[in-house]
Order: sequence, then C-alpha cells, then structure tokens
Amino acid sequence: MANNSMVESRHPWKAWVYLAPALVLLLVFTVWPIINTVRMAFLENYSGLKAAGGAHFRFGIGNFKKVLEYKRFLQCMKNTVIICFLTVPISTMLALLISVALNSIKWFQKFLQTVFFLPYVTNSIAIGMVFAAMFNIVGSFYGTENELIVTAGIINNVIEFFGGHAVNWINYGSTYAANITVMVIYIVWNALPFKILILLGGLQSVNKQYYDAAKVDGTSRRRIFTRITVPLLSPMIAYVVITGFIGGFKEYTSIVGIFGENMGPADDKGRLNTMVGFIYDSLSTNSQGRASAAALILFGLILIVTILQLWVSKKKVHY
Amino acid sequence: MAERITTMHAKDMGKETTRQTIIGAIVKVMVYLFLFVMGIIVLFPFYWMINSSLKTLTEYRLSVPTFFPKHIMFSNYADAFTTANLGRLFLNTMYVGIVSTILSLVITILSAFAFARLEFKGKNILFAGLLATMMIPGELFTITNYSTVTNLGWINTYTVLIVPFLVSVFYIYLLRQNFLQIPNELYLAAKVDGTSDFKYLCKVMIPLSLPTLISITILKMMGAWNSYIWPRLVANDDAHRMVTNGLRNAFKDTTGDVNYPVQMAAVALVSAPLFLVFIFLRKYIMKGVSRSGIKG
Repeated sequence: MANNSMVESRHPWKAWVYLAPALVLLLVFTVWPIINTVRMAFLENYSGLKAAGGAHFRFGIGNFKKVLEYKRFLQCMKNTVIICFLTVPISTMLALLISVALNSIKWFQKFLQTVFFLPYVTNSIAIGMVFAAMFNIVGSFYGTENELIVTAGIINNVIEFFGGHAVNWINYGSTYAANITVMVIYIVWNALPFKILILLGGLQSVNKQYYDAAKVDGTSRRRIFTRITVPLLSPMIAYVVITGFIGGFKEYTSIVGIFGENMGPADDKGRLNTMVGFIYDSLSTNSQGRASAAALILFGLILIVTILQLWVSKKKVHY
Repeated sequence: MAERITTMHAKDMGKETTRQTIIGAIVKVMVYLFLFVMGIIVLFPFYWMINSSLKTLTEYRLSVPTFFPKHIMFSNYADAFTTANLGRLFLNTMYVGIVSTILSLVITILSAFAFARLEFKGKNILFAGLLATMMIPGELFTITNYSTVTNLGWINTYTVLIVPFLVSVFYIYLLRQNFLQIPNELYLAAKVDGTSDFKYLCKVMIPLSLPTLISITILKMMGAWNSYIWPRLVANDDAHRMVTNGLRNAFKDTTGDVNYPVQMAAVALVSAPLFLVFIFLRKYIMKGVSRSGIKG
C-alpha cells in the first residue's frame, strides 16, 4: 500500500493536468453561473442591458416579491404543480402494473419490453406534434354558429365510435381541463418507458425465495403484491417518484410540442406556460433579475419536494 | 378414522389445485390482454404518424378516418424535406453532435481517470462538490450562460452549441465508477513495467470501459438531436439551426387546418434516426438510461 501511494503521488500536479479541461469549463459554465444567478436574483430589477449601460441596482428581495406577485407566474406555477401531481402518480401506478405484469410472463416478454421502451427514444417536440394531430379538430372551429368540422381527429373519432361526444381538446375555445388532460396523457406516455425500465429491473433482481415462501403459505395474489412486491421494490419506486417530480417541475418542451410556442390554445396564449417557460420569457425580455429569482424559486421547490420525499421514504422504504 | 381424514384432505387438495389452475389461467389471459392493450396504446401514435404521413390531404381530411392510406403518397416525404429544409438541419445537428461527443469523451475520460486513479489533495472534496452541482436545475445555469456567450460573441455559431455542455458531471461520475472496478494490480504492474499513466489509460482502461463509453456516446448524440431550448435561444439562424428547433419553426401551427400529412412526414423523418439507433444499440441505451434517469 505504501508502495502504491508512493507511485501515485510522485507527481501530484499531474492530476490537475488531467482535470484542467473539465475544471476550466465547469468554472465558466457551472460555478460562475451559480454565483452570478444568485447575485442577479438579489439585485432589484436587474437587467443585463441596463447593466451594460452602467446602471446600478439596489440589493434586496424585490425580484422575488415581484415574481410572486405576477399573475402570469402564479399561473405557470399552478400549471407546473397540477401537471406534476397528476402525471407522477398516474405514470408510476401504470408503470408498476405493467412491470409486474411483464415480470410474470414468459412469452413475448422481450418483445413487449422493447415496445414499452420505444417512446423513450423519441423527440418530445416531434411526437408532441403527432399527439396534437390526433387531438386536433380540423375545420372552421371558432365557436361560430355555422361550425364546420372537416375531421374531428382520431381521438374524437374513437370517442364518437363508442357513443360519446367529440371534445374540443386543444383548439380555439377549448377548456383548461381539456388542455390539461391532453398534456397529462402525453406526459404519462412519455414518462412510462423510463419508469418501467427501472421497476422491471428492480423486480428481476428480487430474490425468488420470498415468492416461493408466499406460495407455500398460500398467500393471495393481492397480498403478495402489497406485502412483498411493493415493499421490496420501494427503493426503485422512491427513485422513479423523485426523478419524476424533478422532471415534472422542469416540464416545458412537451407543452411546446403540443401547443407550439403559444403555450396554449389560440384564444388564450400562455395559458399552459410553466415555470421553466416563465424563466425563458423573462430572459428574452432581458429581465435577468426576474429570471434568476424565478429559477431560484424553482430550485427551492424541487429541493423541498425532494427532501420531503427522502424523509418519507426513510420511514417507508425497505432497503 | 385417520385414513378417512387423509383421503378427504387429498380430495380437497385436488379440488383446490384445479380451481387454482383455472384462476391462474384466467389471470394469465388477463395479464396478456392488459399488456397487449397497453402496448397498442403506446405504439398507436407511431402508427398514426406513419399512416397520416402517407395520405393525401383530402384523405386525411375525411370525417371518417382511414386506417391505411388509399394512395400511398411518398411525395409527402420529399415535400417535408424541402419545406423544413431538413437536409441543412440534419447536417448541422450531426456536426454539433459528433464534435461535442468527441470532445466530451476526451474531457470525461481524462477527469474520470484523475478521480479514479490519481492521488491529489482535496480529491474527495472536489468530487463531492461536483456531484452537488447535479442537483441544480439547468435553467439556473442558462440565465448566466446566455449573457456569457453573448459577451463572448458566440451567438449564432457552432461553438455556442458545443462548448457550454462539454462537461457532464454525471458522465464523469459514471466513468469513474467504471474505472474503479478495474483492479489496482493492473495499474501497479504497469507502473513496475515503467508504463506511463497516459499509456496505461489508453491501452488498458479505455478498452475495458468501452461499454460505458458507448452508452455516453449514444446519450450525448441523442441529446444533441433532441435539444431544443438552448439552440433556440442562442443559434436560431438558418445556418446553425438544429433539427428539433427547425422542425418546430417550419410547422408553427399545431391546431386548425394544417397540412398534416406533410407535417407528419417531417416528424417521421426526424424520428427515424432515433429509431435506427434504438434498433441497433438498444442494449447500450437501456443500460445507460437506467443509470442516468435523464434524457440525453
């Protein structure tokens, strides 16, 4: 061991040569942004443009106050939270059911596994456009009296086939609930592959002895699921829930995929904007102070939710 | 008496097992039904994309949809290619993807090697500090990085698409873990033979960690293909536009009366390379993804 450290520490500066490219880039594009973003968040009404002109800004929490007073920001926050709290539980439950089902079969297992992973390797803007096409009503659909529907879109066709009424999902005059439903369906579809991959991986590494013991005892299927499968999988469930919430709080591109950069139906632009969208909007109007404050609020929310979940999982997760 | 009890018991057991096999069979059928229905739902958007992309506009606009195009319109694909200027977008994205992957691999390998094999003061603190930055959402960096690249005069260049994302702490972490699994004895033997650190890295560690390096390459390339926010912000001119951004730009309208067949053809063309990569390199993607939890 002594020999080992002697060999390695002969040229301690060499390690820094190996690290230099990474460290330089990290300093410029990671460390400095952390410092600077915090600084800009606490300089009231900071704007890059005005700063270049030599303006000075007062230190204070004005940016945070302003951001939290913005109706637009509160709407963004509401959208983000609603999307998170709907999509994460739904996708986790579905992924859990699919993984348990996949784990219990032999035929077609590999094939179905591939099918369920397929949505992962897609471009969220591109496939969002496909979902938009599926939900879109083509025609002069502007709430006028002589409404003319050319084609109601495949989803509405299916609803009508089963005897329901066509819904205005994303077009002019659509409701908020309809918009959110479309978003939830798309985001769940998008989130399933990763969750299934992790949960199925977890299930396949569970010791078969537990199940054999349960079989000998004649335990019912439901009891096996709630008393053996879920507890043994709990670390993986906690993992996909936490990463799901982090991803959900940063939701943005899937909404651009469906609604375009309007972030809402034609008559109510920005209705479905999210916190990340708000940050980029502020950035494009050169209000870096406001953008930084919003980014720190987003970071704070993610941190709180993650800590809460870690705290809950410490009590509930069986490692 | 005892005999009668055992026979009764056996009879009961027999009934019980037949009942159980029937329930088992029903459950099995239900499980397959559930999986196939879910599988069809998952695949449906892909099918609908291809189906729509091959229709004529008149056929697409039929109030009763057709599930297979009557006239197969391959010309939609040619139209899509020219409308969205996909050739240029593909070239731009490939260029950015390849250059940033190569540079990123070099940087990642060098720093992972330093963290895994070399001794220096403050190694553990530095590594922990790097890992801590992974918690921070990328938007927080973007705000300042946008000013930085503006001041550097990098707006609308390839540099701005490549340089800010060359270092990924996560990839360094992934590769370091892999490097640590390579036994120390190999390193010491190489040292005794007088092999330099750098030669050892190239001749032993890189070949042994090839699967991880391939995973990183795929994730990085997919990341370039799918990136949207940053390219839109900093390189939105015709010469440097990336594919996702270009696709959204070429088809701004999502609702209303849109020429969907052409739009779907463009979407299919943009999705095709991802599917090809998936078909040939599924194993590496799934392995990389299960450890990363991030898209690209």
